[in-house]
Amino acid sequence: MNQSIIDYTLHLADNALIIAQRNSEWCGHGPVLEQDIAITNISLDLIGQARSLYQYAAELINSNNASEGEATEDTLAYLRDARAFKNCLLTEQPNGDWAQTILRQFFFSTYQYLLYQQSQQSTDATLAAIAEKSLKEVTYHLRWSSEWVIRLGDGTEESRNRMLNAIDELWMYTGEMFIPVEYESDVAAEGIGVDVTSLKDQWDQRVNEIFAEATLPVPSAGAWSQTGGKEGIHTEHLGYILAELQFMQRAYPNSEW
Amino acid sequence: MNIQIRKYYYGDIPEDKGGGGSQKIAITPSVSEAGDWPLWEVFIRSKQGIDHKHVGSLHAADAQMAIENARDVYTRRMEGVSIWVVESKYIHASNPDEAASLYEPANDKVYRHPTFYDLPDELTHM
Repeated sequence: MNQSIIDYTLHLADNALIIAQRNSEWCGHGPVLEQDIAITNISLDLIGQARSLYQYAAELINSNNASEGEATEDTLAYLRDARAFKNCLLTEQPNGDWAQTILRQFFFSTYQYLLYQQSQQSTDATLAAIAEKSLKEVTYHLRWSSEWVIRLGDGTEESRNRMLNAIDELWMYTGEMFIPVEYESDVAAEGIGVDVTSLKDQWDQRVNEIFAEATLPVPSAGAWSQTGGKEGIHTEHLGYILAELQFMQRAYPNSEW
Repeated sequence: MNIQIRKYYYGDIPEDKGGGGSQKIAITPSVSEAGDWPLWEVFIRSKQGIDHKHVGSLHAADAQMAIENARDVYTRRMEGVSIWVVESKYIHASNPDEAASLYEPANDKVYRHPTFYDLPDELTHM
């Protein structure tokens, strides 16, 4: 079994888990009750996706190398350190205000939508099935976040300023999603994974459409991108996320509730 | 002097208060709350072929958002296959003071109930 499929599956799972954990920080603090529930629902959808992917990764790891103790979805989520996480930097960025959370979700959902659409054709039956199931959820996330981008961008002066601020904060983390690392290129060549460079044009197109409707400026295409997340080089934020996410299992190993 | 105290919770903390040396100036929290948004009544149809039933109400800025909010608030546990929303201000209600003249005359007219027919078992939702 090749290591690239394991890394790729973990990368997809980590993306979903980390942005879900970020969104879940809004639980009980949403701007209004209904949107508090909306973002928490999205968070739960993404945790569900992460679980399916971690379960598959654990299966691959165990069949690959049974000597290193058994991996489970829980050990993968709760007992790996920041350096082993392969999520894109975008997913770990702070919630900031509502505009920043919305924009992060919009950028990520657009990417995830395109990715899962293609993953349905994966030669790996499990990854294809997970993509097919998740795509329905992501379609809604994309719709919900697109509408919020339009509502805030084309809203009041304050909401527009907050969106502009969010674009400044997040744009430099968007390029990474479309720059493949080695394990992504490996699995793409085998038809298991998606060639992420091929998603870039459609992603740009969707962002341009929604930004045009939101009367927001699209930053220049050639802007410099932060990278490293997919290979475990993260911003300072991930450590804090994991500290909260993993505390219980670290402090009370194998505790259940 | 007008001093504003704002308590921050995890997840609400603005960048400039969150460390990391951000240069961003704090944006004052918006006063806009759900109170600015109109109230909507939500009707859900639980399966094909039966009626939409009133399930509750919620706040939303427009009809589109009301449907999405209803989806998130009222159909999370597979309660529905279709949603209607209507702004609460368009609902007109009967006056409780007129209950006697409106409803009590029906009390003694048992012959209006279709209970004297035998219905086949297959007939549901009557």
